Amino acid sequence: MNRYFKAKIRENLPLNNSNNLLITEPLDPVTEPKPGQFYMITVGNSYDPLLKRPFSYLRTTPDTIQFLFTVRGRGTALMKALRKGSVVDIIGPLGTGYPLPGTRCTPVVVAGGTGIISLFSLIETLTRRFHVLYGAKNRDDLLLLHELERLGNKLVVCTDDCSFGKEGMVDAVLRELLADHESLSTSCTLYACGPKPMLKAVSGIAAERGLRGYMSLEENMACGFGACLGCAVKTIRGYQRVCREGPVFPIRDIVWEQDY
Amino acid sequence: MDLTVHIGRLPLKNPVMTASGTFGYGEEYAEFVDLNLLGAVVVKGISLNPKEGNPSPRICETPCGMMNAIGLQNVGLKKFLKEKLPYLRQFDTRVVVNILGNTIQEYVRLAKALDGAGVDAIELNVSCPNVKKGGILFGTDLRALARLVTRVKQSVSSTVLITKLSPNVSSIPGFAKAAEDAGSDALSLINTIPAMAINIETWKPKLANVTGGLSGPAIRPVAVRMVWEASRAVSIPVIGVGGIMHADDAIEFMLAGASAIQIGTGNFLNPGATAQAVSGIVTYLERKGISNIREIIGRVDGTAPHNNTDD
Ligand SMILES: Cc1cc2nc3c(=O)[nH]c(=O)nc-3n(C[C@H](O)[C@H](O)[C@H](O)COP(=O)(O)OP(=O)(O)OC[C@H]3O[C@@H](n4cnc5c(N)ncnc54)[C@H](O)[C@@H]3O)c2cc1C
Ligand SMILES: Cc1cc2nc3c(=O)[nH]c(=O)nc-3n(C[C@H](O)[C@H](O)[C@H](O)COP(=O)(O)O)c2cc1C
Ligand code: FES
Repeated sequence: MNRYFKAKIRENLPLNNSNNLLITEPLDPVTEPKPGQFYMITVGNSYDPLLKRPFSYLRTTPDTIQFLFTVRGRGTALMKALRKGSVVDIIGPLGTGYPLPGTRCTPVVVAGGTGIISLFSLIETLTRRFHVLYGAKNRDDLLLLHELERLGNKLVVCTDDCSFGKEGMVDAVLRELLADHESLSTSCTLYACGPKPMLKAVSGIAAERGLRGYMSLEENMACGFGACLGCAVKTIRGYQRVCREGPVFPIRDIVWEQDY
Repeated sequence: MDLTVHIGRLPLKNPVMTASGTFGYGEEYAEFVDLNLLGAVVVKGISLNPKEGNPSPRICETPCGMMNAIGLQNVGLKKFLKEKLPYLRQFDTRVVVNILGNTIQEYVRLAKALDGAGVDAIELNVSCPNVKKGGILFGTDLRALARLVTRVKQSVSSTVLITKLSPNVSSIPGFAKAAEDAGSDALSLINTIPAMAINIETWKPKLANVTGGLSGPAIRPVAVRMVWEASRAVSIPVIGVGGIMHADDAIEFMLAGASAIQIGTGNFLNPGATAQAVSGIVTYLERKGISNIREIIGRVDGTAPHNNTDD
């Protein structure tokens, strides 16, 4: 099985102005990923931009690996222009995944923005009743809503500008949920992925209430497989690599150094 | 086809080495490259005690390059000898250990410990731009460099000594000569170039450390020039580093005067880059009808066989 392979673009479908679904077809036999793992993808065919970009996988089928990406900067703008039939280099699956919840725990999934993509593969594998709290800037930024509704669990959506769902930030929604469901405080496992300020807030809530759980972090990456030490974050065990020891870390392990 | 080159007394089966800090301790790449195919593996810079490194963000991208401010995070000498070196020793490749100290005594202690442990060569890192003490100081002060190299050379018996020069000096031949005169068996250059990038939305530097070292194709012409200048100033072998992505780039460095080359940032884009460079070099030599790679070293003289059409 290869973790460095070429893949053909089968589809690159715009979902809205800034998000695309990228369906790739590996040209070699590849390793099956676990929820929370990611891939490094070549975004262009020149040295500018130079580095591959990290992306969570959305789902796999027997012959495809699918990604959902948001156009943020130059690299992702080039990815949006990738044509059907072109071939890209990919490294992966990389990193650790999300550990599954214990048998008596209720999963509470907290997603901010594109964080939902990393969590989606986890949600699809959960067999027990779970809660999904999902926040985005506005209605246009909400991804995968139909799929999340189809999965039929407790879903609360919020937007910063109130253009859809509840108004406000997803950490406030988490506080409300915990206040309304006393039992969750002792029996839930949190799963979080999103922008750093949101993750920091979720860490704070988890610390106050003694909750357990995991969060997936993002950091700039050069290699993605543990060689450059570029993606390190501070943890209670010193600096650890997001691409290797992470991207999923126990919430309690993260040391928040800066204000975000 | 003879691909053998020499770093002082040390023969390498081919000129392709890895650049320190970009290849971990080898094991990170074992699934992507057969380490037996490489001339040498140069490991991440080792210090006496483990180092934590700098806060994040530690890397950012620049046009055709990247900047890093890792801060020399490493496992330290003890753990390296116990856990990392035995792994590398399983392979039929040379092991070069890049070392870093704050004082001459620290370099000497590291060199002595490694000399006895059976590594093939020691590469003195006197050019890291990302630490405040030591490092770059030795690389940018002629007398400090000479003293350091002399002392380290006296403290090793069999291990080949490579001095990795800093590009952050006004005259590279002077530093090359100083290292040679002090007893260095070979030189490697260049290390990353001190650089800075700013996010215009937040008005903050892109790296937590504010400045970092630039690497990748963006620095290649600078590195080629420095290798050319240094190799003309000394008679010890020079190892070329900087922006080498594949065989063609490696050959450019050898024509400029390099006896061997190191691939750094190129490994991040293509973890199989080193092995592919070896096979690309073979293809090139075959195309040119050359049977011994040493024939191309320093041949920037316009006498290429089977003249290319693009001259
Ligand atoms: C493990 C992991 C999984 C990811 N999964 C996904 C995913 O499934 N879908 C998706 O759309 N994005 C995902 N990302 C984020 C994605 O990697 C970045 O959006 C992308 O690298 C930006 O590249 P660019 O060239 O467009 O931006 P650049 O031009 O490099 O930068 C533009 C802006 O994008 C932001 N940015 C750059 N790199 C990152 C990064 N690594 N993380 C967050 N923001 C960044 C910065 O704010 C920067 O100012 C993931 C990141 C990581 C680390
Ligand atoms: C992430 C990273 C870490 C590095 N760490 C070291 C190091 O520990 N010691 C050292 O001498 N050089 C270090 N370097 C410099 C490289 O060995 C090399 O000299 C430089 O990157 C130029 O080569 P390149 O353009 O092929 O990357 C590092 C470079 C990078 C990109
Ligand atoms: S991205 Fe290179 S070590 Fe994580």
